[in-house]
Amino acid sequence: MQLKGAQIIWECLVRKGVKVVFGYPGGAILPAYDAMLDYPIHHVLVRHEQGATHMADGYARASGTVGVAIATSGPGASNMVTGIATAMMDSVPIVCITGQVGSKVIGSDAFQEIDVTGITLPITKHNFLVTHPEEIAQAIREAFFIAESGRQGPVLVDITKDAQQASAEFEWDDTPVRLPGYRPQHRPQSAELQRAADLINNAQRPLILAGHGIIMSSGCGEVLAFAERTDTPIALTLLGLGGVPASHPLNLGMMGMHGEAWVNSAIQQADLLLAFGMRFDDRVTGNLQTYAVNAKKIHIEIDPSEINKNVNVDVGIVGDLRETLLELLPYVAERKHAEWRAHIDGMKGEVAVRDIQYLPDSGHLYAAHVINDLWRLTKGQAIVVTDVGQHQMWEAQYYKHEQPRTLITSGGLGTMGFAFPAAMGAKFARPDTEVWAIVGDGGFQMTAAELATAAQEKIKINVAIINNGYLGMVRQWQEFFYERRYAATPLRNPDFVKLAEAHGLVGIRVTKRAEIPSAYEAALAEPGTVLVDFRVEQEDSVFPMVPAGADLHAMIRRPSPLAETAADP
Amino acid sequence: MLHTLVAYVEDKPGVLNRIASLFRRRAFNIESLTVGHTEQLGVSRMTIVIDGSQTSVERVEQNLYKLVNVLRVDDVSSLPAVVRDLALIKVKTSPQTRSEILQLAHIFRARIVDVSKTTVILEVTGDENKIEATIEMLRPFGIVEMVRTGVVAMVRGPGRFDPAEVAAWASATRKPGERDANSNISSSV
Ligand SMILES: Cc1ncc(C[n+]2csc(CCOP(=O)(O)OP(=O)(O)O)c2C)c(N)n1
Ligand SMILES: [Mg+2]
Repeated sequence: MQLKGAQIIWECLVRKGVKVVFGYPGGAILPAYDAMLDYPIHHVLVRHEQGATHMADGYARASGTVGVAIATSGPGASNMVTGIATAMMDSVPIVCITGQVGSKVIGSDAFQEIDVTGITLPITKHNFLVTHPEEIAQAIREAFFIAESGRQGPVLVDITKDAQQASAEFEWDDTPVRLPGYRPQHRPQSAELQRAADLINNAQRPLILAGHGIIMSSGCGEVLAFAERTDTPIALTLLGLGGVPASHPLNLGMMGMHGEAWVNSAIQQADLLLAFGMRFDDRVTGNLQTYAVNAKKIHIEIDPSEINKNVNVDVGIVGDLRETLLELLPYVAERKHAEWRAHIDGMKGEVAVRDIQYLPDSGHLYAAHVINDLWRLTKGQAIVVTDVGQHQMWEAQYYKHEQPRTLITSGGLGTMGFAFPAAMGAKFARPDTEVWAIVGDGGFQMTAAELATAAQEKIKINVAIINNGYLGMVRQWQEFFYERRYAATPLRNPDFVKLAEAHGLVGIRVTKRAEIPSAYEAALAEPGTVLVDFRVEQEDSVFPMVPAGADLHAMIRRPSPLAETAADP
Repeated sequence: MLHTLVAYVEDKPGVLNRIASLFRRRAFNIESLTVGHTEQLGVSRMTIVIDGSQTSVERVEQNLYKLVNVLRVDDVSSLPAVVRDLALIKVKTSPQTRSEILQLAHIFRARIVDVSKTTVILEVTGDENKIEATIEMLRPFGIVEMVRTGVVAMVRGPGRFDPAEVAAWASATRKPGERDANSNISSSV
């Protein structure tokens, strides 16, 4: 059938099962927008293209399918860069479609021309420049295939305006995509599995380090089965949270810079580390020279280039985590590590005493309390999307996730402004689930323009602003490492309640811990998006902390008795 | 130690850019990189020389494989291979030095491809060591200009590369309706 290139775009998206796209129109993508009206796809009009990419990202992370964002050439495309890079660093499958100036004027600095395939080369898994209508279907098919196979990631398809306007024969090709240079599947060899099993079967102090890969591969069940069979405790990366139920006795919690001391100490004391779908990021290893020096290491990872990149390992197995674990399981013996586990439990005890969540209500509102109370009130069942900063770390510490894909956060790039739009994307993916964005007062303002999108879409999410009047995480570093010289970190914020109201939304202010339950009930009862402005302690810090580049076991511990700020004047 | 990688890549716009971008982004140091066509339309071949003491060859290979347009990468350093670099060297001459230069050219099997009153151009082919040696011997006479192609390599004997495999790539990369990439311009990859 003869179709315009613009129509072919939507024909393809419909066939890929796309129900919603996030975007913003403009000249070079106008033909596609015009054609869109005839297709059963819901378009969410964002207020900034960065928001569109984060929404597609949140959609993808919540659903496990590809999220789609669309924008015009030039500034529309360049506004997507941060969102694409965010998805790249966290291996999130999104497809971005951009309009491009006519193919005849490419290279002439035409109006709103930008070399977006050049710009996004290092921040996409792959990208395409399409200049002919007959190439569109193939490019979109390949884009989806590349985005969602192997180590997932963002793919951009840049389509010239004339390719959208011209016609071509369209026939949907349903056969598997064949890309001769792209081999995302690796089968582990039995010799490697045997070598891994030998280490596992002889370990005395084994520890699993589980990352985003356990969720991306849908391998959470297999990780637990492996852990239970071998009686191996599990430490999670930030992006691994939710992959193993927080309540599971083998789950130690989060590792790394703001992980609990017993988790990091266990890593340093282990004799075998099993890295499952994680990449030894500097935020989890600290100083590489002193990192887990006594441990043998097994790395199971879908991306061969991650093996031996930061940490040299004894056995590296390239493969999909779930499939690899299924193959590995028959090789490993049932084990009991009672002594090792008791030792780790012993390290926990003293920490609990210092922990802020056990402090009585002193009349001060602590972020940790807010988040811990939200966890209780949502029964741990909400999808929580966090921004970047102190609140992100407190969320990781005090919201106990039981299910995969219930914590969505920008880990690798640490993109402020991510949470609010990503939470909207997550809500589109999981409309029946309660969604909370937990944001800082700083980061929220980076993408707060999307309040208008939330109102226009009549979408219901809940935004908890952890309002400490500071770019808190940076302020904390200034307090610890720069003699409390607070350069450019105090914030004079707008009235967030009025800001919500200006958008026709509801805003609620909370200044005392006792007000949290009623605020929660009020937020839940409201059919539209709600902003809750939590006025928390201003100079509170996240503990424990491994300073950047320090030894993992050299943590700044929670002060005891906790935070002088707790003492009433 | 210098490592020589041979990579087959799809002959598509932007592929050279993707590879250059990868090397820059990952801070891989390359000594030389050459690209040219193969016997198959749609498939180009690169020879990449890396200093293994500065950059992990394994990481370069793994990262090259992550590029969708890279078909195959082989480290041929430890295999018997024909390795060639070509240099054009323009040297100052005078009636006194000309015959000595011609003699050197003869020893290094270099060809004289241009002669003027004051200069000659030598064309010399060989592995890197031979070229370096030639240059060193010519340097005292005064090198006016020099250009080198960079290294190309091919494994001796029946070889590592199955022509059928390369042909299969070529047919798979050329989809129906796709136009030939600028097939006579090697920089189109
Ligand atoms: C786009 C962007 N710019 C700058 C930073 C550096 N940064 C990391 S955390 C942080 C402070 C965040 O402040 P806020 O959003 O108020 O959260 P808080 O730490 O106070 O909870 C900054 C500026 C970043 N991560 N992202
Ligand atoms: Mg703040």
